[in-house]
Amino acid sequence: MTPVQAIIAKELRSYFVSPVVYVVGSVFLLIAGLLGYLYVVFAGAQAIQLMQMQGSAQLNLNDLVFRNLFASMRFILLIVLPILTMRLFAEERKLRTFEFLLTSPIGINEIVAGKFMSVFLVFLSLLGLTGLMPLMLALFSDFDWYPVLTGYLGLVLLGALFLSVGVLASALTENQIVAAFVSIGLLLVLWLLSGLGSLLGDTAIGQAVSYLSFMEHFDHLVRGLIDTKDLVYFVSSLALMLFLSHRVVDSARWK
Amino acid sequence: MIEVQQITKRYGQHTALDRISFSVAKGEVLAFLGPNGAGKTTTMRILTCFMPATEGTARVAGFDCAEQPLEVKRRIGYLPETPPVYQELTVTEYLQFVGRLRGLSGKVLTASIHREVERLGLGTVQRRLIGNLSRGYRQRVGLAQALLHDPPILILDEPTVGLDPKQIIEIRELIKNLAGSHSVILSTHILPEATAVCQRVVIISGGRIVAEDTPDQLSARLRQSEKISLILKAPAADTLSRLKSVQGVQNVFSGGDSGAFLLECELGRDVREEVARVAVTNGWGLLELKAISMTLEDVFLQLTRHEEGLTPDAVSASVESAGQPV
Repeated sequence: MTPVQAIIAKELRSYFVSPVVYVVGSVFLLIAGLLGYLYVVFAGAQAIQLMQMQGSAQLNLNDLVFRNLFASMRFILLIVLPILTMRLFAEERKLRTFEFLLTSPIGINEIVAGKFMSVFLVFLSLLGLTGLMPLMLALFSDFDWYPVLTGYLGLVLLGALFLSVGVLASALTENQIVAAFVSIGLLLVLWLLSGLGSLLGDTAIGQAVSYLSFMEHFDHLVRGLIDTKDLVYFVSSLALMLFLSHRVVDSARWK
Repeated sequence: MIEVQQITKRYGQHTALDRISFSVAKGEVLAFLGPNGAGKTTTMRILTCFMPATEGTARVAGFDCAEQPLEVKRRIGYLPETPPVYQELTVTEYLQFVGRLRGLSGKVLTASIHREVERLGLGTVQRRLIGNLSRGYRQRVGLAQALLHDPPILILDEPTVGLDPKQIIEIRELIKNLAGSHSVILSTHILPEATAVCQRVVIISGGRIVAEDTPDQLSARLRQSEKISLILKAPAADTLSRLKSVQGVQNVFSGGDSGAFLLECELGRDVREEVARVAVTNGWGLLELKAISMTLEDVFLQLTRHEEGLTPDAVSASVESAGQPV
């Protein structure tokens, strides 16, 4: 077992012996499931209306259910994922195990990678459980799987970005609550940048500001568009956040 | 094994360490003695590559702490002030994690864990969550962690804190047994501990080394003379010279108007009877006469109280002033 694997295993163990994952996971799944159910019910109501008016109805579940669901999940993840990441470094600093970790014969990049991977795996398993929704809908209806899959790709990339921001926030402080709020704040700012961008209009600055926000990149994926530009955005911002976390952890030694 | 040269550490305006130099040979046990905030922990953090020094170089096992930290870390077992344990893991799980971080695996890992569990008496608690263990057990788990990969160098920050007397003796025995094959630096503010387990003592105060010697030699310096404290109600002008002329008295220091005197006498010679007689016959009003026993504790207190301008050479000077009635 390599040191990174050891860290992943240890972090997963810590996640699953504490109630955090269970509480956060249930809340996430409950809200996602409830929203999914509501969107399906709305779609059904619309179908009945159309049937009465036209005698037949072609329902587009992709538009009526999945796009709405993915858009809502964006917000749930913004609230939920910082709760998962807040303990990663803050707890180590509070409990004085930070010094132990940094005097172990491993690089800081291995520590950051291990911590990020562990929480990413937790997130993937939670997201995987929401996959039951499209699977169940597929039993009773017809829809296009392609945008659903790209939507899930979008959620995975978005989640990874949120988690990396959370890792950074957790490295900045030894208070977990502060870490959670800092990452929620940072993510909201990133979110609102897209609003600022459209306010600035179709200028170079406006486009640059919108590009910084994850909104349009995520929207493309939800609509079934896989654009290299969007993938580059997610991968590079993830790398930047992890790099910054590395620097912050490194600089924490100097104090 | 450990070579520290002119290390300075500043936190902003505050200087935590001021040009510290010392070295530890292979198999030697060195004690760092000093009050809280003297710089013990800072020195250890620099040696373990947790933090870099502002100036100066530290070399551990031939590797520079600033340039090859990974090589240094591989060769060090470090027990910080607070045992670095994860409460949600069991003792065995924790040691497995620690071993894997240090590149142990398979049978070697299992054997190492078994060895440390035996050595530190953790057999009965190895399946319990560390969060449910007492302070003493956590401290032992912390020690097991430091020893797990059998490092040639051990850095122990107050290893016996939180242990009961029996455990303290056991841990001291353990450290003594490690000497010879391991180089050990341990910090403590308990003097008997330093004398009990260490070959050399470094007394550190205010970020500076104020004395460095073997425990024996430090006490030998103290026993260069016997000291007597004398308080007189009405000392005369010739008191000082009269006292000096008492046979066996080598030196007399006056405490000024307070009527206090400090007498330094030949080793193994009790001059109290004679001094008392002289005082009474001259009518100086003898108020107090007592022998001062100098312990390492006194030197330590004295050395660390006078932070400024003390070098190892100044030890004997401050020992003298240590006897001055306050």
